[in-house]
Amino acid sequence: MSTFEAAAGRGNLDRVEHDQESRHYRRTPEQAAAALLSKRIIAGYGFWIFLISDIIMFSAFFATYAVLVGATAGGPSGRELFNLHNVAIETAFLLLSSFTCGLASIGARMQRGSWFYGAMAATFILGAAFLSIEVHEFVGMVAQGAGPTRSAFLSAFFTLVGCHGLHVTAGLLWLLTMMAQVFAKGYRADVLRRILCFSLFWHTLDIIWVALFTVVYLMGAAQ
Amino acid sequence: MLGKLTWAAIPLDQPIPLFAAAVVGAVIIGVLGWITLKGWLPYLWQEWITSVDHKRIGIMYILLAMVMLLRGFSDAIMMRSQQALAFRSEGYLPPEHYDQVFSAHGTLMIFFVAMPFVIGLMNLVMPLQLGIRDVAFPTLNSVSFWLTATGALLVNVSLVVGEFARTGWLPFPPLSEITYSPGVGVDYYLWSLQISGVGTLLTGVNFVTTVLKLHAPGMTYTRMPIFCWTTLATNLLIVAAFPILTATLAMLLLDRYLGFHFFTNEAGGNMMMFMNLIWAWGHPEVYILILPAFGVFSEVISTFSGKPLFGYRSMVAATMTICLLAFMVWLHHFFTMGAGADVNAVFGIATMIIAVPTGVKVFNWLFTMYGGRIVYSTPILWSIGFMVTFVIGGMTGVLMAVPPADFVLHNSLFLVAHFHNVIIGGVLFGLFAGYTYWFPKAFGFRLHEGLGKASFWCWIIGFYVAFMPLYVLGLMGMTRRMQHYDVAAWRPWLLIAAGGAVIILAGIILQIAQLAVSIRRREELRDETGDPWNGRSLEWATPSPPPAFNFAVLPHVEGRDAYWAMKQRARQLGELSEEPGYTDIEMPRNSPTGFICAFFATFMGFALIWHIWWLVALAALGAYATFVVFAWRDRVEYIIPADVVARVDRANRTMRGDALVHMQAAQ
Amino acid sequence: MSHSDLENDSHYADIAPGDNRFDGHDAAEAAGSYLVGLALAMLLTTVSFFISGTTLVWGPSIPVALVVLAIAQMGVHLVFFLNITTGPDNVNNVLALAFGVLIVLLLLTGSLWIMANLNHNMMPMNQMMQMQ
Repeated sequence: MSTFEAAAGRGNLDRVEHDQESRHYRRTPEQAAAALLSKRIIAGYGFWIFLISDIIMFSAFFATYAVLVGATAGGPSGRELFNLHNVAIETAFLLLSSFTCGLASIGARMQRGSWFYGAMAATFILGAAFLSIEVHEFVGMVAQGAGPTRSAFLSAFFTLVGCHGLHVTAGLLWLLTMMAQVFAKGYRADVLRRILCFSLFWHTLDIIWVALFTVVYLMGAAQ
Repeated sequence: MLGKLTWAAIPLDQPIPLFAAAVVGAVIIGVLGWITLKGWLPYLWQEWITSVDHKRIGIMYILLAMVMLLRGFSDAIMMRSQQALAFRSEGYLPPEHYDQVFSAHGTLMIFFVAMPFVIGLMNLVMPLQLGIRDVAFPTLNSVSFWLTATGALLVNVSLVVGEFARTGWLPFPPLSEITYSPGVGVDYYLWSLQISGVGTLLTGVNFVTTVLKLHAPGMTYTRMPIFCWTTLATNLLIVAAFPILTATLAMLLLDRYLGFHFFTNEAGGNMMMFMNLIWAWGHPEVYILILPAFGVFSEVISTFSGKPLFGYRSMVAATMTICLLAFMVWLHHFFTMGAGADVNAVFGIATMIIAVPTGVKVFNWLFTMYGGRIVYSTPILWSIGFMVTFVIGGMTGVLMAVPPADFVLHNSLFLVAHFHNVIIGGVLFGLFAGYTYWFPKAFGFRLHEGLGKASFWCWIIGFYVAFMPLYVLGLMGMTRRMQHYDVAAWRPWLLIAAGGAVIILAGIILQIAQLAVSIRRREELRDETGDPWNGRSLEWATPSPPPAFNFAVLPHVEGRDAYWAMKQRARQLGELSEEPGYTDIEMPRNSPTGFICAFFATFMGFALIWHIWWLVALAALGAYATFVVFAWRDRVEYIIPADVVARVDRANRTMRGDALVHMQAAQ
Repeated sequence: MSHSDLENDSHYADIAPGDNRFDGHDAAEAAGSYLVGLALAMLLTTVSFFISGTTLVWGPSIPVALVVLAIAQMGVHLVFFLNITTGPDNVNNVLALAFGVLIVLLLLTGSLWIMANLNHNMMPMNQMMQMQ
């Protein structure tokens, strides 16, 4: 199947999204395809710009962490608290989930249900596993008196890593919504656009995680 | 059940806010009542509140800005009168109230007057200038507007229920921490800005995508009007800077609500990091405000000089240079905070460098006017007033960019005079010029010229009378935000400044009168052809007001000042171009998503401020549900049939054809 | 929006970020690209973890090595997962990313420099509190 057909939804002009009653709308298939391709580019680019702004927001939290990393106020530091074993597992899970997300987007473009749903489910499980390890880590730290109210360093740590975790949570909700939308509406052009945006989001979260585990965990534990 | 909210939150024992609230309440009820009685609610809902049309959204932004200008200005009058009276006396505003007044004044003016006005103008004009039908994400545009309105609403609710922040327009810790500001004032400020900040960020994303990805055929980047370039630079700054604001205010919120220690006095908090981050946002913010004004001036000066803009490419380069340098100077807002001489010197020099591209722009405007045939209309008066006033303000800024000088002048009235000089002389004058210039395009009739000129003279004279004394006072050592004072030498200057505020008040009253008179006399002032000023760019190719689809057929652009070329060809040939082939047009459907999202955001913000946790959860759920419902839409667009398009376009072509005939006959 | 007039516009030689120019037949090739990316990323991650804990490398160089490895891995993600390439159809996407990276660098280096300078010149808060 050509890209055009995939973008236009199996080449069926009636599936082009507009008011379903107006079958008298005069437009050639080529014009429709060009319009949908351009919508995909516009949506993808707009979301990319939003992701750039999100990265800048994370960098504000990173800068705060870097400034406050030594402000332990007599409390525990990263070296005492971080369990690199867990971090390695979290990293593996998130990286694998990025891979399965890539497979899911291929499945969506090819409109193969088994590929799409399977890969999305795998992405969800891996993402949820990542989150559960992270929550476990946070709960453990709070239990031993190293919660975010203990010191500025811990406030910065919980906020930076927690912000990433919140983004992952939002991503998982989005993932489920996308699976529901494909189930309800099929591989319509607007649904495909959202899947494109979702995969951009998910991959970017993994990129941010690379910076996170390097700067926070590896450098924190290495001292 | 209602968190911290009790009846004590309503200031029944404070006459001034109570009176103000009563007046505002009466006005709101009166307006709503009148609208309902006239049966306009369905029209307003269908055509304005749920509109995703960039022109309507732009007009609503500007309306919000103008209403908030009245509130912010009344705060200014209160401050000026307090300082005029409070020589060796307490004046009439107790300190805890005065602090809220100056905090609200700054917050409202920057976030809910200047920003919405600027965004409104860009919304209204930029798609028309690009020759397209709407922005990249029309429904997102509506969401942005209504979230901004939510922020404004929350700040105004604080007048009646609770209190506002007393920390100034930027809430520096540790004063803004929960220990020293235990009330709800800072929370009102923080949630209002977080909510409207989301709206602004979404606008940034929307407009960057629009300018970079949506053009009429043939309009390359170097054929865009300068206003579109400044729109691009402004929105790149929004996309880059507002996340920093979101993060920083979030950290302060975490400190206040959950006992974190980012900026506290103990447990390792570093309050100077707040200053650093907030100004890393704050400096780009002022360029977000001024760049669109620069764009307006480029358009206005070029049109009313009858010449193309001088030095287009250097203007573009200067604009993008300012965009970049805006991120390299932010320390100049806290030279006195204890950084060493090396850090201060680097940022001081960078601040002086950023004056250079602005100078390039000023020279380009002057060269545009030179040799042109200038029409002394209200917009060009605002532009000339701007050039003189802004240059003075800019020079005082470069003066303070010298760190040793800043050590004397930081946080004095000299600083206050400087930033009002550039914001009023730069941003506000530009916005008023743009308002007058594009009003006929938006509404189909011009504004009354005589009242416009009168209001300009009141504003500019009033500005100088109100703010030049503040420079003197700053040099005499008076600090900002003083509730009372006992230095006799300061008194005459403060009295003069108060007089200046009264003159500005006259200017505002004249502007209100101008609007009322223009509406009443709109048939005389009607803009028949859509091109009242003999404009040069594509927005003047549309009827006034433009139809929903802007252009019947997207124009084919062959150079800069695209519309001017079309007009010249028509004048040479003595006739309009051939009638185009009309086709059906797809337009995005209206949607209540923006309004409903903002409805839930308002409740969520209010509940967060007053710690009403169940309401927070409910409202958050409602906002999420709205979003999901929107994402589940099947019918996204509606069709405007070709014959409707043809009818609208032919009517405009007839008017323009007649005008052309008259013009040829007059020669 | 009606784009029926726009299909001849050269702007649409662009591609959306995250997309690649494959059609349905090249699924295996696209999947292969993701596999290569995964392998490289896992390799870089493993090396990072190893380097952070080892004594085989000169101590002060470890943070530098970690940063280099992290940047390399971000590059792997961008190229193999996000399909951000240097082709002419990707110019806008790369420029947007470059703009973001520039702002991030300015914010990070600026903040660290400024705050270090402030901390050097001013007594730390906890000492000041103890003096009261």
